[in-house]
Amino acid sequence: MFDARDYELLAHVQLGLPLCPRPYEAVGTALAMSEQEVLERLNRLKQQGLIKRLGVIVKHHRLGYRANAMIVWNVPEHLIKALGQRISQFSFVTLCYQRPIQPEWPYNLYCMIHGKDRQTVLAQLEQLNADCEIEHLESTVLFSLRCFKQRGARYQPIDKPALVHG
Amino acid sequence: MDAIDRLIINQLQSDFPICETPYQVVAERLGLTEANLIERLQALLANGTLTRFGPLYHAERMGGALTLAAVKVPSERFAEVTALINAFPEVAHNYARSHELNMWFVLATETLDQQQKTITAIEQQTGLRVYNMPKLHEYFVGLKLEA
Repeated sequence: MFDARDYELLAHVQLGLPLCPRPYEAVGTALAMSEQEVLERLNRLKQQGLIKRLGVIVKHHRLGYRANAMIVWNVPEHLIKALGQRISQFSFVTLCYQRPIQPEWPYNLYCMIHGKDRQTVLAQLEQLNADCEIEHLESTVLFSLRCFKQRGARYQPIDKPALVHG
Repeated sequence: MDAIDRLIINQLQSDFPICETPYQVVAERLGLTEANLIERLQALLANGTLTRFGPLYHAERMGGALTLAAVKVPSERFAEVTALINAFPEVAHNYARSHELNMWFVLATETLDQQQKTITAIEQQTGLRVYNMPKLHEYFVGLKLEA
């Protein structure tokens, strides 16, 4: 699906696109690749979904999103898919995942709400629980208190594809 | 940050063009000049409003392994355990959260085997059990935070 040159390209642009009128030409120059080739490869990688998004990556805090809640529910297995799809539709939900239940941690559906303050987030959660009729499910809310570490993409070219979104 | 900065942030969270003159294309759409758009992006990066301007990769499709993990840290050991866990290069994010399971971090490794080894190493160094909660399914959300 992608080759060594794709890896080089992804590694090169991971920390940011050049801020100049012809950014892809600048990337190409650094990699001995034509601007056209850079454009073709990036367009394909985006279509294939290896590049999820291209644009600004914001600091939530700086935009005033100071309350960040992770909400977890214990959902019966046969309901989880429909509920996950339903929850992910709410405009204030920023992430929604299914994860395995653990001993002493009986939750399998996770969502994140980023909001300006805790009260707003709790009101949104109340609305979500009511709309989805899941007030009765076992559930917990975990607000983030401090962020100790948040790094961007780290990616080594060729045969070491260790990537993470930041 | 003024109205134009907000406009730039709101419009540029997902679809920056892949074409010869992408800043020109976006600038026209927003009613700015290309030079002005570039200057503002530089300033937003310099003052820390933006973490990055560029691509966000799909880690699993790239062949990497990601998981969410958590530990219950006794309050008197919080600083010590934070330092231990953050020292692992595999730890991408680390957050304190309001729960008995009070430290939550994302592990990014190339393989599942390395993920398991990292978890074992964290358990050995901290003496704490690591709860490992890998993603089973992601429900699509159009991530967009209005500035």
